[in-house]
Amino acid sequence: MKNYWNSIPEQVKRISILLIVIVAAFIVIRANLVPKDFGELGHYRTSAIDEIIAQNLKYGGEILCSECHDDVAEKKASSFHKNVSCEVCHGPAADHADDPDSFTPTAPKDRDTCPICHEYLQSRPTGFPQIISVSHNPFKPCKSCHNAHDPTPPETPKECSACHKEIFSVKSLSHHAFVECKTCHKTKDNHRLSPREFIPEKPTSRNFCGQCHSDEIVNNDEIPKISMTEHEPKYVCWQCHYPHLPEAK
Amino acid sequence: MIDSEKNDETRRNFLRKLCYSAVLAFVSPSLVMRGKNKKIVEWIIGENYNPYDHYWSMGIDINKCIGCGRCAESCKIENNVPKEPFFFRTWVERYHIYKDGEVAIDSPNGAINGFSKVVSEKSLEKSFFVPKICNQCDHPPCVQVCPVGATFKSIDGVVLVDANYCIGCRYCIQACPYGARYIHPVTRSADKCTFCYHRIVKGKLPACVENCPTQARVFGEFKKKASPIERFRRMNKINVLKPALNTEPKVFYANLDMEVK
Repeated sequence: MKNYWNSIPEQVKRISILLIVIVAAFIVIRANLVPKDFGELGHYRTSAIDEIIAQNLKYGGEILCSECHDDVAEKKASSFHKNVSCEVCHGPAADHADDPDSFTPTAPKDRDTCPICHEYLQSRPTGFPQIISVSHNPFKPCKSCHNAHDPTPPETPKECSACHKEIFSVKSLSHHAFVECKTCHKTKDNHRLSPREFIPEKPTSRNFCGQCHSDEIVNNDEIPKISMTEHEPKYVCWQCHYPHLPEAK
Repeated sequence: MIDSEKNDETRRNFLRKLCYSAVLAFVSPSLVMRGKNKKIVEWIIGENYNPYDHYWSMGIDINKCIGCGRCAESCKIENNVPKEPFFFRTWVERYHIYKDGEVAIDSPNGAINGFSKVVSEKSLEKSFFVPKICNQCDHPPCVQVCPVGATFKSIDGVVLVDANYCIGCRYCIQACPYGARYIHPVTRSADKCTFCYHRIVKGKLPACVENCPTQARVFGEFKKKASPIERFRRMNKINVLKPALNTEPKVFYANLDMEVK
């Protein structure tokens, strides 16, 4: 054995000792630096999950609110706002649920909060109730007419323009300004109470527009006329012409 | 003869050992796994949440989003995200698509202060809102590039960040194709949406889903029959963002326009 050791060249001995020291140091340092729970479940520290879930809740959630405020929850559950969680308007309230006396959530009383959702924007989906707050009862707080927990309009709107203001204002500049909405859109009375259940109809045939625009009809010369048989007979008129626009293009 | 008898004995021994090792090979890992399983259950809220029973995902319906920005605001409050308009875990973008094909996208302060009306001479083809969030990819590129293992996909499918282990090298920010990550200016570590992991382990919804007034956001389990997500996926035409990247996002969009990037 000793002979074998002596037979190794001096430089190989030195470098192999150095190598062993480096490897040993690496193992010792790694064992100390890598956290003990690293790699138990994957390439990460398991206790990181503990640290992440230790974060405090700020929003309690609607179910928690309705445990005490069941009267409001019940009222809201049958209203248009049934899907709007309490804390959307009242702010984060998990602290209030932990200790009701320590912190009381506020209720918005001004005209700033409701327009966050209900101000008119052309990107909002059609059918979502929107107002133009500058012209909609200026300076009056929303809650003086609307109860946020049951926001049915205070009066059932009589005019179409109450909800369809944008279309109404565009139409009032168009050639069809004096044609009433109901002339073309058959609308059930219940549409005013539950608008999405009773959707107004659109004209389904070419002959409907033809009542004024067919060249066989004799009426005001200013009304543009076309031949019902030759002018694109495959299509219903409103597939190409948008009658609310000023140019009706 | 003697030789063959000897051989027989070794064969018997061999078969016996084979049986033992087969039993060991199948039983021991399952024993170890059960031990691990138990441990995780203890880690996470006593016995009430077992990450092996869940796999989370989100659905977003573009047609329902009204761009109110309540998701972005509640997210910032819930997760202590800095108020400056550069840091978002979730935000809402507005798309304006004009008749000449030009697309304009804006997201002033992530929609927290709402949007103002756009005045343009060009005629508008269509306009809509797109809520954006970490897509919680099933094959997350951000996890691949992390040099220290500070970001990882948890057992229940949520991509999380270990803020105390992150070295702030920003590789993950570069790697994320959805721009969902940022460096938190206080902790100096990477930060992103966690699906409100601290809420979902307690059986609550993420803050953005809880506070969405039109239910444009849906949250639930992926591939579980009674999950709201499965209903959402069944009732809508579903797409994901950047499907060509094969990141397999677990955030599903309904009614997504092809212009959305």
